[in-house]
Amino acid sequence: MADKKTGTPVADIALQPYWDAAARGKLLIKHCQACGRNHYYPRPLCPHCFSDKTEWLETSGEGTIYSWSVERRASPPYSIAYVTLPEGVSLLTSIVDCDFDNLSVGQKVTLAFEQRDGQPTPVFRPV
Amino acid sequence: MTIKGKAYIAGIYEHPTRKADGISLAQIHADVARGALADAGLSRDDVDGYFCAGDAPGLGPMSMVEYLGLKPRHVDSTETGGSSYVIHAAHAAEAIAAGKCKVALVTLAGKPRSGGAPPGGGRKPVDSPDFAFEAPFKPTVLNLYAICARRHMHEFGTTAEQLAWVKVAASQHAQHNPHAMLRDVVTVEQVVSSPIVADPLHRLDCCVISDGGGALVIVAPEIAATLKRPKVRIIGAGEAMKNVNGGLVDITYSGAVWSGPAAFAEAGVKPADIKYVSIYDSFTITVLMTLEDLGFCEKGKGGRFVADGNLISGVGKLPFNTDGGGLCNNHPGNRGGMTKVIEAVRQLRGEAHPAVQVKNCDLALAHGTGGFLGTRHGSATLIMERA
Ligand SMILES: [Zn+2]
Repeated sequence: MADKKTGTPVADIALQPYWDAAARGKLLIKHCQACGRNHYYPRPLCPHCFSDKTEWLETSGEGTIYSWSVERRASPPYSIAYVTLPEGVSLLTSIVDCDFDNLSVGQKVTLAFEQRDGQPTPVFRPV
Repeated sequence: MTIKGKAYIAGIYEHPTRKADGISLAQIHADVARGALADAGLSRDDVDGYFCAGDAPGLGPMSMVEYLGLKPRHVDSTETGGSSYVIHAAHAAEAIAAGKCKVALVTLAGKPRSGGAPPGGGRKPVDSPDFAFEAPFKPTVLNLYAICARRHMHEFGTTAEQLAWVKVAASQHAQHNPHAMLRDVVTVEQVVSSPIVADPLHRLDCCVISDGGGALVIVAPEIAATLKRPKVRIIGAGEAMKNVNGGLVDITYSGAVWSGPAAFAEAGVKPADIKYVSIYDSFTITVLMTLEDLGFCEKGKGGRFVADGNLISGVGKLPFNTDGGGLCNNHPGNRGGMTKVIEAVRQLRGEAHPAVQVKNCDLALAHGTGGFLGTRHGSATLIMERA
């Protein structure tokens, strides 16, 4: 959840482990013990089978670009991408520290964290 | 129960303005309501069902019913972005079939050009459960459609030139519409040489931003029988929500893969039977993917299907958006579903511009896509026939 006025995250006990890990440079996703599938963004109830037997799973930090775009009219231009993790989920993110003209689908990327909107945010940079 | 044959679209109205300086949102709702009721040959006091979406100011249906002086016994404020009005038409038919109303009014108004309420009404995105996990990356309408185009190109070899053909077809139609924002015919070369706004989409892959609005009047068969206008019958509808599915992301298809088959099954017709389509055209990629997902061509072959003028009335096999669509004519309030239904009704009545009127147009489809193709969106398909 986020504060309605500022848009910054407010206390949500269910998500605290995620933010604690992010502050340590780790990206957590959720694993469901009932159906065996992973999901992201994280929820207490599994969106695949609706079980509450979900647990945190630390990701390897590797990924590949599933798709990407660059908002060219922004100043400065910025990228947005889906990155697919070996753990099976894809997440919306940004590719940073790169030449946008050299991005491609299938490209290997690695996890990094940036402070955005007052929170540690998972981004990726080319390997 | 089915809605097939249970309701008729009796009145339509598209506000002629594309820039509504000095006119309130509420007044645009009222103006289009009057226009559609006059078109139907009905009066305000005949209305007993009212439908509006997130663009309605104030408290939505509560404020609008008051402002318009309505006395509905059935209201529906389903909000699925630009697809809302296609869903409203279907829900109106459902309500009429269930005996909950006989004359349903659907209104839309928006002022993104001259400054008004933003799309989505008073809804605060920070309440959204995805907010903290997506907002930091600055997703926009543009980049969340562009990212779908990129993946489609990667998986299926779709080209920028093929996408451009969608805009070319819309511009060929818009030249005949005196109200269209963009009336100049454009070429594939002009589209692909316009500036990239969000890779791989160019400026001319995008729809217009316009103020304005529109309204529909949907009535029971016994009311339709008393009216003089050509009769357009609703025979099938489908609606679906598509999203990123807990991270199992596949953005190569839209919710039309579910809403389309539901609508075709209810109507008892096939894509090949359809004479005219209004396809939500926020961007060229929206049209290409939707046509595939509705079954007008094989998945992945949308690029070849839309190329070489196949969507141009009188030229190609599947005339689309003969008013110029959102790409060239009008996209009031960033919500194109209303104008999609309106042009389909014009075609079925034989009242489209003579230069773009489809011959013997007795079966048409309108499809709406609301929200964001690259994350979560609403899909709504409506099939109508000339009675
Ligand atoms: Zn599960």
